[in-house]
Amino acid sequence: MKAKRIRVAWKRDWQLYLFMLLPVAYIVIFAYVPMAGLQLAFRKYTAQGGIWGSPWIGLDNLIKFVNSYQFERVVSNTFILSFYGLTCMQVIPICFALIINAIEKPRFKKVTQTIVNLPHFISIVVLVGMLMQVFNSRTGIYGVLYEHFTGQYPTDLFGKLGAFRHLYIWSTVWQNFGWQSIIYIAALAGVDTEQHEAAQIDGASRVQRIWHVDLPHIQPTIMILLIMGIGRIMSVGFEKAYLMQNSLNLKHSELISTYVYRIGLSGIGRTDFSYATAIGLFNALINLVLILGANVLSRRLTETSLF
Amino acid sequence: MTNMTNAFPRRKTGAHRASRGDRTFQWVAIGIVSLLTLLILLPMINVVSASFSSSSAVNAGRVLLLPVDATLNNYMTILNYKSVWLGYRNTVFYTVVGTFINVVLTMICAYPLAQKSFSGRKFLSILFFIPLIFNGGMIPNYILMRDLKIINTLWAGLIPGAINVFNMIVARTFIQTSIPETMAEAARIDGCSPARYFFSFVLPLSKTIIAVISMYYAVSHWNDYFTAFLYINKRSLYPLQLFLREILVNSQFDSSVMSDPEAARQLQGLAETLKYVIIVVSTLPLMCIYPFVQKYFVKGVMIGSVKG
Repeated sequence: MKAKRIRVAWKRDWQLYLFMLLPVAYIVIFAYVPMAGLQLAFRKYTAQGGIWGSPWIGLDNLIKFVNSYQFERVVSNTFILSFYGLTCMQVIPICFALIINAIEKPRFKKVTQTIVNLPHFISIVVLVGMLMQVFNSRTGIYGVLYEHFTGQYPTDLFGKLGAFRHLYIWSTVWQNFGWQSIIYIAALAGVDTEQHEAAQIDGASRVQRIWHVDLPHIQPTIMILLIMGIGRIMSVGFEKAYLMQNSLNLKHSELISTYVYRIGLSGIGRTDFSYATAIGLFNALINLVLILGANVLSRRLTETSLF
Repeated sequence: MTNMTNAFPRRKTGAHRASRGDRTFQWVAIGIVSLLTLLILLPMINVVSASFSSSSAVNAGRVLLLPVDATLNNYMTILNYKSVWLGYRNTVFYTVVGTFINVVLTMICAYPLAQKSFSGRKFLSILFFIPLIFNGGMIPNYILMRDLKIINTLWAGLIPGAINVFNMIVARTFIQTSIPETMAEAARIDGCSPARYFFSFVLPLSKTIIAVISMYYAVSHWNDYFTAFLYINKRSLYPLQLFLREILVNSQFDSSVMSDPEAARQLQGLAETLKYVIIVVSTLPLMCIYPFVQKYFVKGVMIGSVKG
């Protein structure tokens, strides 16, 4: 019976399966094979053995990482940077969307929105380059203004340990708050005008209407984006952190991902594929727990969930 | 006409009766948004102005919002800097060919998954979804690329990320919601095969979404440095972003690649100013195109927000 059903489906849809052939092959090779490659975390990598033939060593690599002096540093750096970024990048775009949505000048809204979206298209390399130019203590706009008002040049921000996180997060906010707000602005466009009118008749001010009409309307969108944000916590940017790293800020800028690169691929010191894979696995597992946890929590609390 | 105005008398009076608090709020809101817009614009204006200023003005920190001793010399010098143009050429290649591969793979994947009657659809959707929340990470990916001999070939700029699952879901959602299923039904009854239906109905009706995802893919190719950084260390294959990293972040200007010695000598004093020029030259194409294609990007965000 089942065999017959399969035959009918195949006869009708074989072309569709043929379409899927290439994408499925791609995802299996380039997503699932590396997942299988994670077993390297439990082996001692040798050039002859590779992923499938190197000798097993059990949990040694994971234990070594948890006990190493770098463990606390890279894990806490990753979490602090992520939560700092997550908070800013959730709150600011929502506030911006609520405020711009309340403005009753369509032309003004359109022009400003186009401008605040622009930086999203700057590449990370150029963004970090711009950051370095703008905050250059002598030639940058920051140094020039500082000198203008205080009469002396500021100390170099990129050499200041305490400045790294703020530079990292606020340049991300600068680049992406406008883009992130698009989705909320779109959701706000769906608010029923009758609700606003009813609230107005009842004497609600614009601010009260934002709080009691607009905000509840976009709550599901906020939840979905929050779950997705939490799911990205552990993947917080290798790309940007690596570019901004220097010997002076390493105490704050060494994240799990940059540490994996340093151990496994940078060629500085002894390269250890297995150890680096184990650290990567640790990262991926925490990530998985966080996203599943956020999803369950959100489903319980608000009946909105990603899956 | 009179009927219309009488039908909504409240809205008019309501608008008139906007309280003083509400009017203040309007101005505060406009003030905040204007301020934020300025904060976005100022660094960009500063960078553009510095790129047109003389290097002595830049080095002395005299450039704020307008070019000082306006000159085109900086741009002339960059014309001679070969690395940038090699990078440009490679990036254009990766962007054009890569985006083509992306779009083809994404569409042939999204179309079957959008068909409700397609059996195995659920299983395949999950197959594509899992890598979004769990993946092998840097080292296993690197070993795979090495074993497949992709490292230091043109493929290294094309294959990683060939299908972006988010974009695929956006395309699938679009096909599902905007192409009526009854049409597929009717086509099938008339003896139209799924493949033919795809080419003669789905593709022409998906022009918008193809435009949207092409732009997403093209921007990510243009701005990508990560994959090239991991998988390419042959300079002749470097995309623009890797050369930019050398120049902007590591402050390495390679004067040996300048075509004439006079320019090479100039390069030393110009280094800071040239960074501004390079920022402008590498970012300008996207910035100029964006305002005209904005509506497609926004549309993509909106389709993507419909739960995938």
